Amino acid sequence: MKKILGIAALLVVIALTTTWLSWDASSQSYTFLSGYNLQNLLQRIGMFGVLSIAAAFVIVTGGIDLSIGSVVCVAGCMLPWLLRDHGVPPLIAMPLVLLLCAAIGLWHGLLIVGLGLQPFVVTLCGLLLYRGVMRAFTGDQTMGLGGTADELRWLATGRIPITESFGLPAPLLVLALVAVVTSIFWTRTVAGRHLFALGRNEEAARFAGVATGRLTVLAYVLCSLLAGLGGCLFVLDVNSAQASSFGNFYELYAIAGAVLGGVALRGGEGMVLGVVLGACLMQLLQNTINLVADSNQLEFAVVGAVILAGAAVDEGVRRFFRRRR
Amino acid sequence: MASDAPLLEVAGISKAFPGVQALSSVDFVLHRGEVVALIGENGAGKSTLMKVLAGVHRPDAGLLRLLGQAVELRGPADALARGIALIHQELSLCDNLTVAAAVYLGAELRKGPFLRERAMQHGARAVLAQVGLHVDPRQLVATLSPGQKQLLEIGRALRAEARVLIMDEPTSSLTQVEAERLFEVTDELRRRGVGIVYISHRLGEVSRLADRVVGLRDGRNSGEIPGREATHERMVSLMVGRTLSQEQRPSHSPGEVVLRVRGVRTAAFPEACVDFEVRSGEVVGIAGLLGSGRSELLRALFGADRALAGQIEVGGVPLQRHGPAAAAAAGLVLAPEDRKLQGLVLGMSVRDNLSLPTLHRRGRFIDRAYERDLCARSIAELGIRTAGGGQVVGSLSGGNQQKVVLGKWLAANPKVLVLDEPTRGVDVGARAEIYARLHELAGAGLAVLFVSSELEEVLSLADRVLVLNHGRIAGELPRARLSEETIMMLATGMEVA
Repeated sequence: MKKILGIAALLVVIALTTTWLSWDASSQSYTFLSGYNLQNLLQRIGMFGVLSIAAAFVIVTGGIDLSIGSVVCVAGCMLPWLLRDHGVPPLIAMPLVLLLCAAIGLWHGLLIVGLGLQPFVVTLCGLLLYRGVMRAFTGDQTMGLGGTADELRWLATGRIPITESFGLPAPLLVLALVAVVTSIFWTRTVAGRHLFALGRNEEAARFAGVATGRLTVLAYVLCSLLAGLGGCLFVLDVNSAQASSFGNFYELYAIAGAVLGGVALRGGEGMVLGVVLGACLMQLLQNTINLVADSNQLEFAVVGAVILAGAAVDEGVRRFFRRRR
Repeated sequence: MASDAPLLEVAGISKAFPGVQALSSVDFVLHRGEVVALIGENGAGKSTLMKVLAGVHRPDAGLLRLLGQAVELRGPADALARGIALIHQELSLCDNLTVAAAVYLGAELRKGPFLRERAMQHGARAVLAQVGLHVDPRQLVATLSPGQKQLLEIGRALRAEARVLIMDEPTSSLTQVEAERLFEVTDELRRRGVGIVYISHRLGEVSRLADRVVGLRDGRNSGEIPGREATHERMVSLMVGRTLSQEQRPSHSPGEVVLRVRGVRTAAFPEACVDFEVRSGEVVGIAGLLGSGRSELLRALFGADRALAGQIEVGGVPLQRHGPAAAAAAGLVLAPEDRKLQGLVLGMSVRDNLSLPTLHRRGRFIDRAYERDLCARSIAELGIRTAGGGQVVGSLSGGNQQKVVLGKWLAANPKVLVLDEPTRGVDVGARAEIYARLHELAGAGLAVLFVSSELEEVLSLADRVLVLNHGRIAGELPRARLSEETIMMLATGMEVA
């Protein structure tokens, strides 16, 4: 909880700073606060937030999923393929894509639990494998939706109008739904309790009769499923996907958001609210750079530096308190 | 003068750890070309003494003299430099090194910053020939058998020009033939004037090798016998030889059989077959030396490890599925040996640990009221001293942690409660409370099966004792015939009349 307060405070400080820096003399207004900018920011938060929750599911088990970006790519390429190339109705195509992504997660889980391979290795290979397969499958062609999913696109581009220039973007609602369900799963269900127990100490959980293998597999399935959901949102948003670049590095944004939000990489620790705030912070930082700097060349550097500083301060504070105790 | 002085003299060494006086004023002497065997029960202080000799622990009081000169060992490297080498029980070689690299680890031959591989290979070959190990120095340590590794360790000690060799259970992982080879090497080293401290549970080996046998009991000297007079009986009485104050213990009246174990074999001793039964209301102890397969048996019963063969019946119903969840559902639960690793999720609260194995019986969603009730009840009934149910379990004392382990399993309404080392790391007060609780539970019809390395615990707790030796049940002792001597005799492979 303390960690979440910390990140919320950081979020407010950066938002205020960005507002202040985004003063536009010509229009006599703060660009950051324009309806257009906020709407965009919240839309991106919604989409990337889903990916961060996906990553958090495996991180709380003490694992990792590096293939999230490539699963996003799989969803982004397969959805247009089904809709445009094969004329599958949207309400069948999207569940099919999600099922495929869940199957990828199942495959990860079985390799990790059944064969005892390391999550890092399995998902790193997945990262290369799925993107490579998608590039070959699409022949590196851009996969466009071509107007076949206009109703479905509401999920990514829709707005619930609040004022004339600002509406709540639909992806934010998707994130809210995913976050609420995940939060209930983590804190109110027996399976959630077991998931955190095995993340803390898998051996003790197994000795307490927890079905650790099955739960670990479930975590990887849910992770890839949510990554697939994110991938669908991204492709519905921009209307097309290119296998060589679609979703590149997204696993790192996802993991960074989760870790910033207080999900410990050693497992067994984390809250959904923190993950959402972490995802907010990641997107806010990018927004700040876009608004303040003329180019986004520094984007990676600033994001990296802020996360590093956050981790260092967190560790420093913890040591300080431990010494005082 | 110096040549008359004993090689190594241990004078009044004491060492305490938090809560335990491991050694109290221990003395013994080792001469050149002599093998002195150190014997004692588990926990008698042998390992601590050995670590003091090897410079791992510093004594609180007392003196070590090497060839008549008092020395203070500043660490294992210092001990080795002075000629004291420890051959570990758990072989401590790096499997990924070559044989030559292992022999010279920490004392590599070098030319400036570069390794002199060729010279080390020559040196290793020569030193290993002395212990009769003829292997290619370039091959990996991982390719050697346990016996060859043991010889390699001795070779490494010789390379360091050790004058005192400490061997801790050197034959525990060796075959008969490899052990015989080790004895020959030991004889040869003795002829060359090396002094050897030999620690072993295997009394047969001890009488074969030792020039003198020194007994330790509760961290004190318990006597000394010349090697040729060291009979099995005399050594056992050296190890135990203490009259126990038999406390008042309630007698239980056993009911029907609730645990039936038939033909169970574990991976540790694939050839040994175990059969036994435990009745409701009965407290059965399993005794045996370290490495006799006690914990492996319990883990197999609980399904934490897969048994190679056999059938386990709980309450007359055979366990169909494998695994702790199935065993717990059938009514067999385990309080495991390693509380911190297997017994509890240390980072979670007392309340969450207590409810962990039974929460799923209350539906898919967490039943907070059940958790609160269970927590309050367990704290009251077991006397868990905690600031509250929300306290992190890792911050409790060992005794209170063990009570949490008991509480979480009692909530599962077990028919058979299995405990591996029920009071390890538990202080005296909490220990008495745990014993009383176990007697009470047995009185109420629970079947209790436990493993303990502490004979005193076995004697005070058990109605009946099964003694394991090399994975087999070497004998069964009813309460009437229970004594430290009978247990130790069975455990060391002797017949009891």
